[in-house]
Amino acid sequence: MYTLDQVPVGDTVVVKKIHGEGRTRRRIMDMGITKGVSILVRKVAPLGDPIELNVRGYELSIRKDEAVSIEVE
Amino acid sequence: MSIKIALAGNPNCGKTTLFNELTGSSQYVGNWPGVTVEKKDGLLKGHKDVIIQDLPGIYSLSPYTLEEKVARNYLVNDRPDVILNIIDGTNLERNLYLTTQLAELGIPMVLAVNMMDLVKKSGDHINLQKLSELLHCEVVEISALHGTNCRKAAELAIAQAGRTVDEHAHVFTGSVEHALAHIEESVYNMVKPELLRWYAIKIFERDEEMASQVHLSQQLHDHLEAHIKDCEKEMDDDAESIIINQRYEYITRIIDQILTRGKQLHSMTLSDKIDSVVTNRVLALPIFFIIMTLVYYISVTTIGGWATDWTNDVFFGEIVNDAATSFLASIQAPDWLSGLIVDGIIGGVGTVLGFVPQILLIFFFMSLLEDSGYMARVAFIMDRIFRRFGLSGKSFIPILVGMGCGVPAVMATRTIENERDRRMTIMLCTFIPCSAKAVIISMITSTFFPDSIFLAPAMYFLGIAVIVLSGIALKKTHLFSGDPAPFVMELPAYHIPSMKGVLIHMWERARGFIIKAGTIIFTACVIIWFFSTFNAHLEMVDIENSMMAFFGNAISWVFAPLGLGSWKGAVAVISAEMAKENAIGTLAVLNGITSDADEAVMAGIAGMFTPLAAMSYMILNLFDPPCVVAMATIAREMGDRKWAAVAILFQVAIGYSMALVTYQLGGWLFYGMPFGLGQGVAIVLCLAALYFILRPAPHDKASNETREGAAA
Repeated sequence: MYTLDQVPVGDTVVVKKIHGEGRTRRRIMDMGITKGVSILVRKVAPLGDPIELNVRGYELSIRKDEAVSIEVE
Repeated sequence: MSIKIALAGNPNCGKTTLFNELTGSSQYVGNWPGVTVEKKDGLLKGHKDVIIQDLPGIYSLSPYTLEEKVARNYLVNDRPDVILNIIDGTNLERNLYLTTQLAELGIPMVLAVNMMDLVKKSGDHINLQKLSELLHCEVVEISALHGTNCRKAAELAIAQAGRTVDEHAHVFTGSVEHALAHIEESVYNMVKPELLRWYAIKIFERDEEMASQVHLSQQLHDHLEAHIKDCEKEMDDDAESIIINQRYEYITRIIDQILTRGKQLHSMTLSDKIDSVVTNRVLALPIFFIIMTLVYYISVTTIGGWATDWTNDVFFGEIVNDAATSFLASIQAPDWLSGLIVDGIIGGVGTVLGFVPQILLIFFFMSLLEDSGYMARVAFIMDRIFRRFGLSGKSFIPILVGMGCGVPAVMATRTIENERDRRMTIMLCTFIPCSAKAVIISMITSTFFPDSIFLAPAMYFLGIAVIVLSGIALKKTHLFSGDPAPFVMELPAYHIPSMKGVLIHMWERARGFIIKAGTIIFTACVIIWFFSTFNAHLEMVDIENSMMAFFGNAISWVFAPLGLGSWKGAVAVISAEMAKENAIGTLAVLNGITSDADEAVMAGIAGMFTPLAAMSYMILNLFDPPCVVAMATIAREMGDRKWAAVAILFQVAIGYSMALVTYQLGGWLFYGMPFGLGQGVAIVLCLAALYFILRPAPHDKASNETREGAAA
């Protein structure tokens, strides 16, 4: 399964499915990461985590732990 | 009849700026009932009967975060007359997501689209007329920063207040709309008509908190559940996701009709260009340390330090003190009265007010960093390190500020959104030696260990070690256990902050400190002054004959295992709780030293302690609870007595245990003390600490969920 944490910096991907449950999943979706949305992986923080995404025209940062539950293609 | 306007919007959309613009100086700041979320309201300038209620900045009305719960409970139960929804024009998609939810509450709404100047500059065009038609509500373009059209937005809201909302936007499609219509039909008589849509969607989403307000019978619940399941099957997704997806799909359709993009998707904005330097892999950390050093240097070392010294030594120490003394002498006030006023009140409250310049400066910079958008980058850069020991990336700042003074340090934790991280930071940030503790370190090391150049810096490293190890150990206790809070954080576009906003922000925080901590400190000062000035017959005596000395004698056994068994040690420890500077000063007084010269003080305390006991005394003062001002601040910022007690008791335990281990094991290893009970206890304490640090984390997700539920 190709998940968001594996996407190299600078690549743009499309979200296929959000796994997981509860409030983390809800938060991820509330912030606009939903099925079919296009995400650019902008950069990785200096110490390797979290990552910065460009989604729906703004910058969002999430931990790799959370990115694992976002399936992309 | 007064009109209530609720101001709602995403974080960083300019809501606070608009609120300041509309209400001016009539603001009232408090907390929402039962929670530590800040509540602000104010009167619309020039209208005594229009109340503006500022809601917390939120992204959604989900049941998961405290702020969102507070906002939705207010909107559902208190029913403001109109919602003024402020939207960041540069970030329409995500901002409209909240709008679609607000629109379902059956409250008339006006949309204020902010930062349109930036939208135009970027080459985009937004058709506000069309947006207004599609959403069935008034839309107005504003600039909160320049004050443009803010009044007009408020007037539009007043005109809409109390209207019935009869048209809904068509957000949901096909089978979802079908299921919602079915739910609406079934609960039609059970909810207020204007909230029908809201409750129908919440029942569909399985939002238990809201659904429980409808009191569905088990039969009806099962019946509706069957419909929801059918819909989920058809859409191949769960109900909550279906709703979120359809909202965003609806917004995408709107955006296609109203927005003409002047740039490509995922293109670099000015903010992104700034970030390519500021959060750059190589430069981010150096830039961060430079900024932090500057903040520290200006607000603690130089300007803040000078101002605090001046306030303490000159303003209260000489000007106010002399004026009061000569005034009291001129009216021939009795000794006890001048003692109370000069030593008790001016001495004590003066110390507190001496912190005000530092606090003002620290909060000036905090507000500046926050309002400009840099604080979110701090969390982004530092998260990796700090979450390992249960703290947040933003915990770095309180710890750094703590090197100056624990009081602003504890207050600086306000920028940490997550309640658990914030509480942990409050508990731990005063372990770093503050400037008053630095006096203890320098006096003790130069008196007893003049040859060791490593001891003083070692105390700072010890402070950091205690923070890190405590964090690791506390994270595994049931108080702080569970998965780390999700870190899904917006990196807002950089803004030049409005000076007015920053100053208001700074003053709000400092004022809280002066009023609340001031009252507690005032009382504490009077009490401590009373006990150290009078004996049991209420005669004025020197401290060695006072009730304080009596208490010191009575409890000196407590400090005996630390090598501080005399009453002088006990009194000095208590007195250091007033202000850590007193740790040395009181010792001087108790040993009858009248000269202020360091050499005299050193000679005095050198005769009182063995080097080992001095070491233990230093460790105790560094790691037991901070001074009473800081403790009052901890209590205030915890917002909860139980948590304040937990924090203080934890600090007592750490300080006492560390001093005990130092004295007992140090004596056994280096000073030829025989191995006895004390050494046994010290070894047990060490093993217990190791156990709490090294034991595997108990993994109980379930208890975490319930705890969060209970906290709400």
